[in-house]
Amino acid sequence: MDIRAGLLKGDKRAAARLITLAENGDEDAVKIISEYYHLTGKARIIGITGPPGAGKSTVTDKLAKLLRQQNKTVGIIAVDPTSPFTGGAILGDRVRMNDLSTDQGVFIRSMATRGALGGLSKAVHDTVRIMDIYGMDYIFIETVGVGQSEVDIVKLADTVVMVMVPGLGDDIQAIKAGIMEIGDIFAVNKSDREGAERTATEIEVMLDFNRTTDFRPKVINIIARDNDRVDKLLEAIEGHWNYLCKDSNYQTRKKNNIKTEIIGLINQYVVKSIQNDNQSNLIQNMVEKVYDKQIDPYSAAIDILEKVSLGKQQS
Amino acid sequence: MDRPIRVVVAKPGLDGHDRGAKVVARSLRDAGMEVIYTGLRQTPEQIVEAVIQEDADCLAMSILSGAHNHLFPKVVSLLKERGVDDVLVVGGGVIPEDDIPGLIDAGIAAIFTPGTTTTSTIDFITQNIKRK
Repeated sequence: MDIRAGLLKGDKRAAARLITLAENGDEDAVKIISEYYHLTGKARIIGITGPPGAGKSTVTDKLAKLLRQQNKTVGIIAVDPTSPFTGGAILGDRVRMNDLSTDQGVFIRSMATRGALGGLSKAVHDTVRIMDIYGMDYIFIETVGVGQSEVDIVKLADTVVMVMVPGLGDDIQAIKAGIMEIGDIFAVNKSDREGAERTATEIEVMLDFNRTTDFRPKVINIIARDNDRVDKLLEAIEGHWNYLCKDSNYQTRKKNNIKTEIIGLINQYVVKSIQNDNQSNLIQNMVEKVYDKQIDPYSAAIDILEKVSLGKQQS
Repeated sequence: MDRPIRVVVAKPGLDGHDRGAKVVARSLRDAGMEVIYTGLRQTPEQIVEAVIQEDADCLAMSILSGAHNHLFPKVVSLLKERGVDDVLVVGGGVIPEDDIPGLIDAGIAAIFTPGTTTTSTIDFITQNIKRK
């Protein structure tokens, strides 16, 4: 299969295969994405996050349908957890998106976290780019069901929608230091349930204390299953986009994200280059020395780093 | 192989429950595979799209309703139409012995009937996927 030609022609199979290569850490994937990097940046990237069972897939499904009515193409990346014991996973988000699956303007890809801890999978960055090059106007990233600290989505999405549900009660208090900080919009789903107004009020109160930016996130009560007020949610997403477009908000956010990504890649590459080739002895030797208390782990790490970068300069 | 095998587990047709498919999905998961579960009442077109978008190594379909002779071959021919030739297709469910040869001829690699151990399904998939 010629992935390059297929990708630019809009061949779904080529894009899907490239995502697989990226997921498996194949170097060809990096090569191809780098070649076409200049074509990225056209898609709007929306993160959908929230606790397990809040309705993230259903919300994504309904938002995607609204956008399809406006003739926008939609990519959906749905992340579910990998078993820490077997490495297997059940990826079940498509169940809520069945009507979308035959729509040629929609591309849904399920991904397993494969050990990543931030609520995403390592290859989500690459997958967003592939869908962007493939020509999707909007890309939704649905995170795993999050607890308190799975905030990686904020480093990737232009807009983060936090999907909450009534009745979590004290949980809202409990999580406000973590994931509650990253929402650009709060959707209180299943609002036909008791306590929906109260949940919304509690979020508003929490937001009253939050003065880190001049953007005030909207809190919207919705019933995604019945498509109730999902249009208001989409309006709020557009509203946040308008805010980003003002002044240099978008550049600031994007540049922060790029910086985080580059630092992450440096970490990855350094560890890889140390573990590669003959360098793995280097680590094993240090392990012995640290164990025998001949050297401390901090100096050992710096020592290895210096040896590796010296090796690079000489070659 | 150091990458997880990706399997789409799908229920074509109008079955009322998916207990069996879920048991299979769970056991494939426990064997270290990534199982994309699509849920009940899928059309052949939906299944084929899922296989393509998810770039699956294997498609495992389950039917209880008796429509297997129609739906299984239909999915295989749609896959062919879309140029998908590297996906292992297997079937399962309440399927009479007499129907199995015809389904194999139509391109289903194996049919697993009630009583099949999950281990034999897992082994078959692991040994027969077409992409390494």
